[in-house]
Amino acid sequence: MTETIVFIIAGTLAATVPLLFAAIGELVAEKSGMLNLGVEGMMATGAAAGFVAVTLTGSHAAGFATGAGAGALLSLVYAVLTTLFLANQVAAGLAIGILGLGVSAAIGKRYEGTTVDALPKLDFGPLSDLPLIGRAFFDHDIMVYAVIAAAIATGIVLTKTRLGLVIRAVGESPHSAHALGYPVIAIRAACVLFGGAMAGIGGAYLSTAYTPLWAEGMVAGRGWIVVALIVFGSWMIGRIAFGAYLFGAVSLLELSIQGLGVNVPSQLLSASPYLITIIVLAVISRNPALIRLNSPMSLGESFRASR
Amino acid sequence: MVRLEPRTEKSVAAPFVVTALAIALTLVAGSVLFLIYGKSPIAGFKAFFIEPLQSSYGIGEVLLKMGPLLLIAQGLAIGFRARIWNIGAEGQLILGAIAASMLAIQFDGSASPYLLPGMVLAAAAAGMAWAGIAAWLRTQFNANEILVTFMLSSVALQLLYYLVTGPLKDPMGFNFPQSITFSPAATFPILIENTRVNASLILAFIATLLAFVFMQRSLPGYKLIVGGLAPHAARYAGFSDKKAVWIALLIGGGAAGVAGAGEVAGPLGMLQRNISPGYGYAAIIVAFLGGLHPIGIVFSSALMALIYVGGDFARLSVGLPGAVTTIFQGLLLTFYLACAFLLNYRIRTTRPAPAAVSSSAEATP
Repeated sequence: MTETIVFIIAGTLAATVPLLFAAIGELVAEKSGMLNLGVEGMMATGAAAGFVAVTLTGSHAAGFATGAGAGALLSLVYAVLTTLFLANQVAAGLAIGILGLGVSAAIGKRYEGTTVDALPKLDFGPLSDLPLIGRAFFDHDIMVYAVIAAAIATGIVLTKTRLGLVIRAVGESPHSAHALGYPVIAIRAACVLFGGAMAGIGGAYLSTAYTPLWAEGMVAGRGWIVVALIVFGSWMIGRIAFGAYLFGAVSLLELSIQGLGVNVPSQLLSASPYLITIIVLAVISRNPALIRLNSPMSLGESFRASR
Repeated sequence: MVRLEPRTEKSVAAPFVVTALAIALTLVAGSVLFLIYGKSPIAGFKAFFIEPLQSSYGIGEVLLKMGPLLLIAQGLAIGFRARIWNIGAEGQLILGAIAASMLAIQFDGSASPYLLPGMVLAAAAAGMAWAGIAAWLRTQFNANEILVTFMLSSVALQLLYYLVTGPLKDPMGFNFPQSITFSPAATFPILIENTRVNASLILAFIATLLAFVFMQRSLPGYKLIVGGLAPHAARYAGFSDKKAVWIALLIGGGAAGVAGAGEVAGPLGMLQRNISPGYGYAAIIVAFLGGLHPIGIVFSSALMALIYVGGDFARLSVGLPGAVTTIFQGLLLTFYLACAFLLNYRIRTTRPAPAAVSSSAEATP
């Protein structure tokens, strides 16, 4: 039993990394008023590009940098469509989502089924040697801790700094922010690019650390769960992180149940993350005041300066 | 100086210009893509867009793939006009396929002329029910329909896998994950000899006619369009007329369900794991590319079908990977959205104003 618990805790911490990285990025983009539904495509592109970079250079740092760059590049398409061409944000997100899936398949084609060395685990010395706790919490690669630091930093920037205030102002009322002299379009574009880079890092983690191989379609709907996580967390980083770890745990439970040989159709287990998402979404959204209070006022709306 | 100016009235030519421009830009980007793969763009385009149209087989395949795309896109476009984003047509198609198959399997061997119509109705009902879940969650619980419809598609796929490996599996099928082969009374008759084009294509054109009447000539359709044209800040959080949500999702789900029946009772002739090569997602692009207009969608569905078939041709004759088809689809929507700008704005070229005037203009608050 303790073995299973250690397995679930350790597995949850790792399984959450891609979700939480991408969710941090999507939160920042949405806070600036940009609803980017292309997370799935950005994660896939980041995963493919990051995997190729690690294969070619052997460096995981290069992998994450390439993944971030690829995700950001794809999100740039979204930013241009929505800010300069005033395209509908939902449609633009779907467009880069499809584009990203195609591009990732094309990039990864030659590497289908190959593997790389996983990101090495950190050695915390005596901490890692602690019984059970050592394996549950101190037997991980650096990104497992980096994502927690990134979540905290993003929370602080959004709520406690001037930069965060400006981003939120742009998301709540772009016209007021514009009237105050803030470059609304540049800020929104920057937030979208940040979102793309973070989704790319999340994707790269999937393909170079979590399951260090490339397979087409390996993001497997995580990008959409990330979009749902933002609603679950009602645009608050703490709740979003909590939701992300909960989902990480669910995916691990799925593995454990299969491992224990419980007689449940495997398809039901595969469908469970989506079923749970739908149920939680309905429960959370039920309170319209909560959503209205916390969602950025201009989310999903394009902005054009009126002179 | 080039300056953009909001249009004060709708342009008649703009929709055509926008679509033509989007296709042209996709072809330019496609050439670059072919060059990256070390193929000549001319050979690539020939394989993609000319070769499929040079044989009756190719034309038949294009018409075959056009059917479901046209049917689904007509349903989705109605929702999109109302700004209700059903992106789960793929799942609604699967449910329709399952419902139709259940009837075909239940009444295997029957020669009743009512079997096929019954399958189509069952498929429509199943697609509507699946989309209805999203409508119910949206209207009762305020749950975002974009996410719910997408998630339901993933659930539908798992349901299909469960059924074809279990309850609906052919007991004599050597354990292959597929149902029995449907009897002739449970399949659409072939429409054009020596092709796989079947009578379900007629359903797609009937749907086009219905969509046209509904959107252009009926009061509920008009209400939907008006609802969509006055979007509210809280749209994403979900505040809108509940009736519009129900109508939009039920129409989209019903159309996708019928498309599912068209696949299992058409080219497949059985229920299996792979029912659709992403028709439900491609139809989103088709709907936009057709300007969300019933007539425009006829042409955009033909183009998308050509891209599907052309992708297969290009893979075989030029050796381009299948991913190119997906990239083409993404590029088309991307460029369409960029060009769609011209629907609402026009480009005016004006001579630069004299310096004195412009500075005094800036001085005025």
